[in-house]
Amino acid sequence: MITARYHREIPQRYRLEAGKCSTCQHVAFPPRPVCPKCKGRSFETVRLSEEGKIVTFTIVRVASEKFSKQTPYAVGIVELQEGIRITTQIVDAELDKIEVGQRVKLVFRRVQEDGRAGILCYGYKAIIA
Amino acid sequence: MIGIVGYGAYLPHYRIKAEVIATQWGADPASVTRGLQLFEKTVPGQDEDTITIAVEAARNALRRAQIDPQEIGAVYIGSESHPYAVKPSGTILVDALGIGPHVHVASYEFACKAGTEAMYVAYSHVKSGEMRYALGIGADTSQGAPGDALEYSASAGGAAFIMGREKVVAEILHTHSYTSDTPDFWRREGEDYPRHGGRFTGDPAYFKHITEAGKALLEKSKLSPRDFRYAVFHMPNGKFPMEVGKRLGFTKEQIETGWLVPWMGNTYSGSSPTGLTAVLDVARPGDLIFMVSFGSGAGSDGFIFRVTDEINKVQDRAPKVRQMLDEKKIYLNYGEYAKFRRKIKLNE
Ligand SMILES: [Zn+2]
Repeated sequence: MITARYHREIPQRYRLEAGKCSTCQHVAFPPRPVCPKCKGRSFETVRLSEEGKIVTFTIVRVASEKFSKQTPYAVGIVELQEGIRITTQIVDAELDKIEVGQRVKLVFRRVQEDGRAGILCYGYKAIIA
Repeated sequence: MIGIVGYGAYLPHYRIKAEVIATQWGADPASVTRGLQLFEKTVPGQDEDTITIAVEAARNALRRAQIDPQEIGAVYIGSESHPYAVKPSGTILVDALGIGPHVHVASYEFACKAGTEAMYVAYSHVKSGEMRYALGIGADTSQGAPGDALEYSASAGGAAFIMGREKVVAEILHTHSYTSDTPDFWRREGEDYPRHGGRFTGDPAYFKHITEAGKALLEKSKLSPRDFRYAVFHMPNGKFPMEVGKRLGFTKEQIETGWLVPWMGNTYSGSSPTGLTAVLDVARPGDLIFMVSFGSGAGSDGFIFRVTDEINKVQDRAPKVRQMLDEKKIYLNYGEYAKFRRKIKLNE
């Protein structure tokens, strides 16, 4: 059952909503109740940019059951313009042409599905810009 | 003035060539490429569907309109490939784009004209004064049965239009719809692939409904085909839109700009709407655009647009559809295509 957790994370998965500390301006993604920099407890919701660059990546050739039909595929760490780093699939790319430092754009894709009859989960993935 | 204040398209990166499909089934590639004027088509990625396509198209429309998504009062998505049988595609789209939750959402269905239905209702809401902005989208990841003629054309893509009354880029001057019970193409509940009535799909269905809606639109507007800079018709293959245009009195030059089908395929609910975005991408202030969709079953929705001075400001705010058609293409062989489209039976 992924329904409850998936639903709770929609603002981050769909809209890249982060928490910006009202005291020290630190941006936390996912948002946190307490600022890791200044221990402040007041945050403003901001949306992260959909552009960034590849910090590192790997090619997954043996995947868990859920993703086994998609192999081989790329998973990378992407640094967004705000300096936030996220882990995401890098899709629609020829795998031997992906490079560290490449500019990417985040797009809205189907991330997983709960079998043939369960819910569909959506979220961000990266494509080469 | 009421009309389109922002528009956007989206096409997947994957492609398959018509000759690859023809060779797979032992058919003559030339009869498809030359006969139907179909060279290649878009294929959705394994993680793409009507919802993801609609979201990307709508993001491009928002980039052009530069409005607060919270001011959008209605979201309608027309498709014949909604991922859920029960749960409207728009519920996911509104959360992805930061629209609502105070918003009216519905899924539309009418074979290939579900997109223009969504546009028509969105426009009518704004015209009635019920809301400031409304979003109408046509998107599909259509399927043709393996080896069927539809397999050459059934593709994926979509277009989104935000209707409003301020900073209108294309004013809607007239609309007209024409509908009858014509069983040219259908899919029964629970079936994987649609069925069609072969040659019955031409004259009594596609040509009749588009010409009737088109003639009525010309009569209403007291305009003649030569008054228009562009014309867009539903594009099930390369031949039909050119032929129906000719029957109504339009020239090849008027149709060509929106004629994406030879390299895009038939994006069903997204077909004439993506064609319209190709026209808006290059249109100039004052241009008149004639558009008639077609959906099997059967019906047509017609629109007459007049492009305004605002168009110059918005064209470059988002990627143009011809760019999406020509750049970053990834070609699939038939085996990869069959896997992507889930035409291979797996052990679940
Ligand atoms: Zn802080």
